Amino acid sequence: MAKKIGQKTKTPMPTEDAAVRRHTFGEVALGYSAELAIQEAARCIECKNMPCIAGCPVEIDIPGFVRQVAAGDFDGAYHTLSLKNVLPAVCGRVCPQEDQCEQKCTLGVRFEPVAIGRLERFVADYAAAKSITNGAGVRPPTGRKVAIVGSGPAGLTAAADLAKLGHSVTMFEALHKPGGVLMYGIPEFRLPKSIVEREIDSLKRLGVDIRTNHVIGRTFTIDDLFNELGFEALFIGTGAGLPHFPKIPGINLVGIYSANEYLTRSNLMKAYRFPEHDTPIVRGKSVAVIGGGNTAMDSIRTALRLGAEHAYLVYRRSRDEMPARAEEVEHAQEEGVDIVLLAAPVALLGDDRSRVRTLRCVRMQLGEPDQSGRRSPVPIDGSEFDLDVDTVVFAVGQGANPLIRSTTPDLPTNKWGYIVADPDTGVTQKPGVFAGGDIVTGGATVISAMGAGRRAARAIDSYLTLIAKEQS
Amino acid sequence: MHTILSKETLAPDVVRFWIDAPPIARKRRPGQFVIIRISEQGERIPLTIADADPAAGTISLVVQGVGKSTKALNRMMPGEQILDVAGPLGQPTHIVPGMSICCIGGGIGTAVVYPIAAGVKAAGGTVTGIIGARTSDLIILSKELSAVADPCLITTDDGSVGRKGLVTDALKHLLDTGFAFDEVVAVGPLPMMRAVCDVTRPLGLKTVVSLNAIMVDGTGMCGGCRVSVNGEQKFVCVDGPEFDGHQVDFGELAARLRAYRDDEALALEQYQQRASV
Ligand SMILES: Cc1cc2nc3c(=O)[nH]c(=O)nc-3n(C[C@H](O)[C@H](O)[C@H](O)COP(=O)(O)OP(=O)(O)OC[C@H]3O[C@@H](n4cnc5c(N)ncnc54)[C@H](O)[C@@H]3O)c2cc1C
Ligand SMILES: Cc1cc2nc3c(=O)[nH]c(=O)nc-3n(C[C@H](O)[C@H](O)[C@H](O)COP(=O)(O)OP(=O)(O)OC[C@H]3O[C@@H](n4cnc5c(N)ncnc54)[C@H](O)[C@@H]3O)c2cc1C
Ligand code: SF4
Ligand code: SF4
Ligand code: FES
Repeated sequence: MAKKIGQKTKTPMPTEDAAVRRHTFGEVALGYSAELAIQEAARCIECKNMPCIAGCPVEIDIPGFVRQVAAGDFDGAYHTLSLKNVLPAVCGRVCPQEDQCEQKCTLGVRFEPVAIGRLERFVADYAAAKSITNGAGVRPPTGRKVAIVGSGPAGLTAAADLAKLGHSVTMFEALHKPGGVLMYGIPEFRLPKSIVEREIDSLKRLGVDIRTNHVIGRTFTIDDLFNELGFEALFIGTGAGLPHFPKIPGINLVGIYSANEYLTRSNLMKAYRFPEHDTPIVRGKSVAVIGGGNTAMDSIRTALRLGAEHAYLVYRRSRDEMPARAEEVEHAQEEGVDIVLLAAPVALLGDDRSRVRTLRCVRMQLGEPDQSGRRSPVPIDGSEFDLDVDTVVFAVGQGANPLIRSTTPDLPTNKWGYIVADPDTGVTQKPGVFAGGDIVTGGATVISAMGAGRRAARAIDSYLTLIAKEQS
Repeated sequence: MHTILSKETLAPDVVRFWIDAPPIARKRRPGQFVIIRISEQGERIPLTIADADPAAGTISLVVQGVGKSTKALNRMMPGEQILDVAGPLGQPTHIVPGMSICCIGGGIGTAVVYPIAAGVKAAGGTVTGIIGARTSDLIILSKELSAVADPCLITTDDGSVGRKGLVTDALKHLLDTGFAFDEVVAVGPLPMMRAVCDVTRPLGLKTVVSLNAIMVDGTGMCGGCRVSVNGEQKFVCVDGPEFDGHQVDFGELAARLRAYRDDEALALEQYQQRASV
C-alpha cells in the first residue's frame, strides 16, 4: 500500500530576488538545501504503478531515487540517477517537467506533483560538490571506432553510452566549445556553463576524444569519416540550428537578430562581458522579442540583463498557447517583461543609419482550430500599432542546417530537410549512419534529444557487434 | 591549436602567415575561408584561405590589422599557436575549366582574389589581373598574382607605382582595348566593388564579388551575415561569400558592417593602451 499523503504543495524553491537578478547573469533558481530536499522527497507516496517513470523519456527510477533522498542517502540517489541519465544536473534544471515526469505524478491529480526536477538537480549538484563521479561500468575496449557529429545533448548521451560499451568514440563539433544548445543557447542564469563543462569533463574521462572546430560537411564529409578516417558507424546529432526570419520589410536593419545570434553572442561569446571579451552585442534600451517559446523567454531575459529598460515579448496567440515553460514565463514577468499577446510584426522601420527604431505590429484574433488543434491567429484589419525599439530578436522557430544534407546526397531527408531516421533506433537509410535529436524531430527538448542518443547508442552497439561477427 | 610556422610583412599592417592545419589544407578550394579565434576572450573572425600546401598540411592567411582582433593576430610570432581554426567554410568559387576571367583586387582584397585567380589558371583558364591601392607601399601579392595573371596591371591613387588612377580605370582601359572576359571577379572595399559593378552592368558582363559580412559561427546557424541578393535573403557564410555583384544590395551591407563601430573603437583603444604599457 502506498504511503499517506502529507504536504500538498511543492516545497518552494529559493530564487534570487527579481529586482536583483534582472541585472545579473547569476542563476535565478538557487536550489534546495539538504533539509528542503528531504522535506520534498518525503511527499512521494510511492504509488504502486509509478506513472512518473513513464513520463520520463530516459526512464529514471524516480520513486527509487526520491526514496533515497528522503532517507538522506544522497550518494545512493546519485547512483540511481546516473544509471539512466548522463546529464542530471542539466535535466533537473531545464526539463519541462510539467509536461513529463511531473505531469504523470499521481499526487498531481489532486495536489501539486512531487518536484522531481528540483530533487534531481539537488542530487546532481550534491554529487558535483563532493566530486562524486559516476563510475558506471565500462566494458573492455572493443576496438571499434564510432564518430559522433554534433555535441548537443543527443551527441553527448550517445557518446557516453558508446564509450561505456567499450567503443572508441570521437566527437566532432563545429563550434569551438562542445555542448550544443546547452552551451550557446540556454543562458547562464538558467543553466550555468560550468555545469555543462563539468558534464563534458566526465565524458572526456570516459575516453571520448572531442574535436572542436570540425565542421562536418566541410572539414570532413560523412563519407570521409568512413573512408578516410576509418569510422565504422556514426551518429548525427547536429540539432536544428537554422534561424527563420519572417519576410517583412526592414528585416536586415542593424539591431535585428535571430535568437541564435543574440544568444550565441551573449552565452558562447560572453558579449555581456564586453570589452573584457571581444565580441560585441547591441545593448538595446528598448528590446522586443518575437515568439513565445523557451528561446524567446531566454532572449528577452537576456535583454534585461544587458540593460534593457523596456522589454516586450510579442506573441501572436494567447497566453494559453505559449509553448514556453510556465515557470519561465512567470520568471520573465516578475523581472518586468511586458508580454504583448495576440500581435505579430508586419514591418520594421529604421533611422538614417539603418538602425531599427520601430516595430510595427498588427493585432490578431484567434480563429478556427488548425490541424494541430491550436486556434490559428488571424490579423485584424487596420489594427496596426508601433513599438519604439532599438533591438528586435526573432525567436520564431528553427530549421535544419543544410551543410550535411547538401554534401551527403545518399542520406534521405524529409521535406523540411530533417534526416529520416527510425525513432526507436536512429537507423537512417545510409548504412552505418544513425541520427537523433532535433536534426530528426525538429526543435524539441533536451531530454528527448538525450533519449534519441541513448536509443541510437544501443542500436549502434548491436550494429558493431554484427559487423564484428561478419568479420570473424 | 594551430602553430604559426612563418610570418612575413607584406605591407604596413598587412601580414602573411603560414599555419599548420592539415585537414583544412587538404580540403580547401579557392574562395573558401576559415574562422579563427586567438584567445579564450577572443571573437570569431573570418579570414580567407589565401593559399594552401596540402602535402605540407599548411594554409596561408593574409591579415590586415584593422581592429583589435586582427592587430593582436598580427603581433603573434612563429611558434605561437592560434587557439581555434575552423574550416574550410563557404562555397568554393565556381570555376569553369578554360574560362577567361579578370581578377581585380583592391587593398587586402588581393589576398582574396589571388586564390581564385590561381584556381582558374590551374583549371586551364586565362587570367587577367588588376591590383589597386592608394599608394605603392600598400600593393600586395603582385608577384604571386603576376605568376598566374597575364597581363597583371597595377593602379595607385597617387601614381607611385603602376598607372595613376583607380582599378575601374584599368578595367575600362582593358575593355576598350579589346579584352573580353567571361567573368570579372572583384574583391576589395565595398565602394570599389560597387564601382566595378557599375562599369560592367551596362555591358552585361558577369561580375562576382566576395562579401565580408560580419560573422559569428560561419556555419549558417546565426543569420548575422545575412545580405540581400536580388531581393532574397542569403547567408554569406554558407551561400557565399561570392555573389553576383549586380544583384547585391551594397548599401544594406555597408550599414550592417557599421553595426558595432563604437564598440570596435573602444575595444581597439583599450587594447592599444594595454599593448603600449
Ligand atoms: C534558447 C533555447 C532554449 C531552450 N530551452 C530548453 C529548455 O528549457 N528545456 C528543454 O528541454 N529544451 C530546451 N531547448 C531545446 C533543446 O535545447 C534542444 O531540443 C536540444 O538541445 C537538442 O539537442 P541536439 O543534441 O539534437 O542538438 P543541439 O543541442 O542543437 O546540438 C547540435 C550541435 O551540433 C553542432 N553541429 C551542427 N552542425 C554540425 C556539423 N555540420 N558538424 C559538426 N557539428 C555540427 C552544433 O554546433 C551543436 O553544437 C531550448 C532551445 C533553445 C535554442
Ligand atoms: C568571408 C570573409 C573573408 C575575409 N577575409 C579576410 C582576409 O583574408 N584578410 C583580412 O585581413 N580580412 C578578411 N576579412 C575581414 C576580417 O574578418 C575583419 O577585418 C575582422 O573580422 C576585423 O576584426 P577586428 O577585431 O580586427 O576589427 P574590428 O574593429 O572588430 O572591426 C573592423 C571592421 O571589420 C568588420 N568586422 C568586425 N567583426 C567582424 C566579424 N566577426 N566578421 C567579419 N567582419 C567583421 C566590420 O566591418 C568592422 O567595422 C574577411 C571577412 C569575411 C567575411
Ligand atoms: S530527466 Fe527530466 S523527465 Fe526525467 S525525471 Fe528528470 S526531470 Fe523528469
Ligand atoms: S507518481 Fe509521484 S507520488 Fe507516485 S511514485 Fe512517482 S513521484 Fe512518487
Ligand atoms: S555567420 Fe552565422 S549564419 Fe553566417
